[in-house]
Amino acid sequence: MLVLIGKFARPHNKIIYASMEEMLFYDRMQFAFTITFHYLFPQLTMGLSLIIVYFKWKYLRTNNEQYNHATHFWMRIFALNFAMGVVTGIPMEFQFGTNWAKFSELTGGIIGQTLAMEGMFSFFLESSFLGIFLFGEKLLGHKWHFVTGLLICIGSWASGYLIIATHSWMQNPVGYEILENGRFVLTNFKALFLNPWLWPSYLHNQAASMVTSSFVVAGIGAFYILSKKNLTYGKLFVKTGVIFGLISCVIVAVPTGDLLAKNVVKYQPVTFAAMEGIFHTEKKGSEIVLIGQPDVKDKKLDNKIAVPNILSFLTYGSWHQEIKGLDQFDESVHPTNISGLYYAYHIMVGLGTIFIGLMAFAVLQLCRKKLFETKWILWSLLFMLPFPYIANTAGWYTAELGRQPWLVYNLLRTAEGGSPTVSSGNTLFTLLGFIGLYLLLGMLFLLLVGKIINKGPHTEKI
Amino acid sequence: MEFFWYVVLMGILAVYIVLDGYDFGAGIIHLFFAKTEKDKKAITNAIGPFWDANEVWIIAAGGVLFFAFPILYASSFSGFYLPLIMILWLLIFRAIGLEMRGQIHHPMWEVVWDKAFGIASLLLALFFGIALGNIVRGVNLGMVVNGVSTQEAHFFFLPLWNPTFSPQANELGIIDWFTLFLGIVSVVALTIHGANWIIFKTNSSLNEKLKNVVFKLNIVLLILVFISLQIWHFIEPKPFHNFIETPILWIFPLITFIGIVGLFKVRTYKKDGSGFVFSTLFLVGGFASTAVSIFPNVLPSTNSVNPSLTIYNAAAHEYGLSVGMSWFFIALALVIVYFVIQYKVFSGKMDDIGYGEH
Repeated sequence: MLVLIGKFARPHNKIIYASMEEMLFYDRMQFAFTITFHYLFPQLTMGLSLIIVYFKWKYLRTNNEQYNHATHFWMRIFALNFAMGVVTGIPMEFQFGTNWAKFSELTGGIIGQTLAMEGMFSFFLESSFLGIFLFGEKLLGHKWHFVTGLLICIGSWASGYLIIATHSWMQNPVGYEILENGRFVLTNFKALFLNPWLWPSYLHNQAASMVTSSFVVAGIGAFYILSKKNLTYGKLFVKTGVIFGLISCVIVAVPTGDLLAKNVVKYQPVTFAAMEGIFHTEKKGSEIVLIGQPDVKDKKLDNKIAVPNILSFLTYGSWHQEIKGLDQFDESVHPTNISGLYYAYHIMVGLGTIFIGLMAFAVLQLCRKKLFETKWILWSLLFMLPFPYIANTAGWYTAELGRQPWLVYNLLRTAEGGSPTVSSGNTLFTLLGFIGLYLLLGMLFLLLVGKIINKGPHTEKI
Repeated sequence: MEFFWYVVLMGILAVYIVLDGYDFGAGIIHLFFAKTEKDKKAITNAIGPFWDANEVWIIAAGGVLFFAFPILYASSFSGFYLPLIMILWLLIFRAIGLEMRGQIHHPMWEVVWDKAFGIASLLLALFFGIALGNIVRGVNLGMVVNGVSTQEAHFFFLPLWNPTFSPQANELGIIDWFTLFLGIVSVVALTIHGANWIIFKTNSSLNEKLKNVVFKLNIVLLILVFISLQIWHFIEPKPFHNFIETPILWIFPLITFIGIVGLFKVRTYKKDGSGFVFSTLFLVGGFASTAVSIFPNVLPSTNSVNPSLTIYNAAAHEYGLSVGMSWFFIALALVIVYFVIQYKVFSGKMDDIGYGEH
């Protein structure tokens, strides 16, 4: 990296330039690391809260104890994930100020708005009722217990909404004005929520969160069936997981994924070209690349497997529509990490396709009443459990790497957003600290979640 | 408009100090005074269902600071980089200490998380006091060297300490004798506050002992408050000018005074919650008095080149601030409702709730 910088920098400010780059590099690493780790938890809790509410609702309808035990079991897993989400979430809000001070100063009047709303509207709701939900069932009775569960679910979905509103403004800034000193001023509050980027992203993200939760529920169910433990619950979990799973997997692709991709074509065509690995514009329609390794230097894909004209059809509904390649754009606006972006996008889409296939098979077998005997599907459900996490993460990397080199698309570059006074040595120190601390957190989490799963659903104590 | 959001921000911070303050205090009590398993259990039960919701207030404070005073947010968060990140680490440690302890029943496991919880609570109380000290003392805005700013006028960076530990040195540090002193005041005050909460919320056998602890610590606190009034002059030459201009503001020091006097009656209260009310008065009054004493500054400048950050020059633009009011009141009303429900459901003593055993 330093070698590369040296080539472009004039000799006398080489050192200053290098240290700026290094600073930015650690700032970005720290944000990427902490947000990636953080989002492992909310992506489960958002979807899982809905499934928990569903179990509690079934219990109220049927009075079958089994559903209440299922509620309690997933509540325990939810509580653990929620706590992890909270403790890793606070650093996210702080880091805008600590590591991205210039960005915060310039845009705080706008993105601070949605972030403050998240704190006031959803965090208070979730955290006030979580304690009640976990410890108050006997005090409240089942109906009110259901209501508190629902409130937690609403809180977590509202939280996702406000975060995506913030994210959407960075992807597609609306309702602002820029002052002479470079500060962004909000001029239209409603525009933040009518942003065309917002709804497709939000629904896509929430459906993807449902995919993770469905796979976790189904995967743990499959584990119980295969290990011949807690069979009743195993079957209940697999059944619930695959039904929720198929619905959400489809919604992730159509309509939400499709709409989102069309947004990218419209507002960020250069990002779209990089995502799809289109280096050169094809006048007569673009092929869709299934597999291949981008060679950014020579502007081509190695070992490519592609299907002609499909991409033009998917994007515009016409086989021969031209799609702009990277060659149509100045290099200064190319995404900074084209290969990373390309892989993130392809991993997400590839996994998403496999998920639909697996869930479709599972639901088919469920309808034929053969699912619980179809060993290969149960094993697949178990082994696929981590992959929605990877797909969700890859999806977010697509969005974030796709926005580079900008913090606010087309208006504020990432290089202009760092903290001017924080040295790279300090950032590296805290990055290493976070890595160590989160490693510990991750190990404890796995230990405890394993304990809950091992203990199984049917226990009297909450 | 700026003033409205300033009051909101200070209000949220005051609530945070009162609420998470008792969590920290309970942690300190846990560290030094809880010997038996039953005592420890009583303490964690007393704060168990609340700590998470209490911590949301600091997130809310951060959010409001970010959107209403983005320049102050950017300046202070990057300038106090290291201590802020360390506070985050401590908050994480404290939370996992509390949540992990009951998960595995083994003496070695329990002792590790007990200490993590207790020590993190102690350090957090200390750090928040030090943070307050830094705000009062001010910082070298624009990082002026020999009369020339080396950064934009509102940015700065402070190392953890400088070799002299003096608040009047040219190169300031986060920890100096003044800020450390406020840190100690904070530890003592929050320990009292936490003890009062435990007395209020449990039937623990520890309670009688804690009443003595509160009494003794209160003597220490009174002495510390007197000393701090003396040394305040070194840092802020005219600490009372706002009070003299607007005499109604004397109400805040008065509240502080009522709080500390009331605490001396700890052994004879009729209700277990009285002590908690008095220590709340002390904390809120003390915090408000400090804020008033530097108003309208929110981050004073220690050099004469760059102006202090005030609620006016650090605020966001007018439109954003006024549109924020529309959602804020709705949110506030909801928060109060949640709060009432939460405390209604968990009213009374918390001894039998079995926290941490899920």
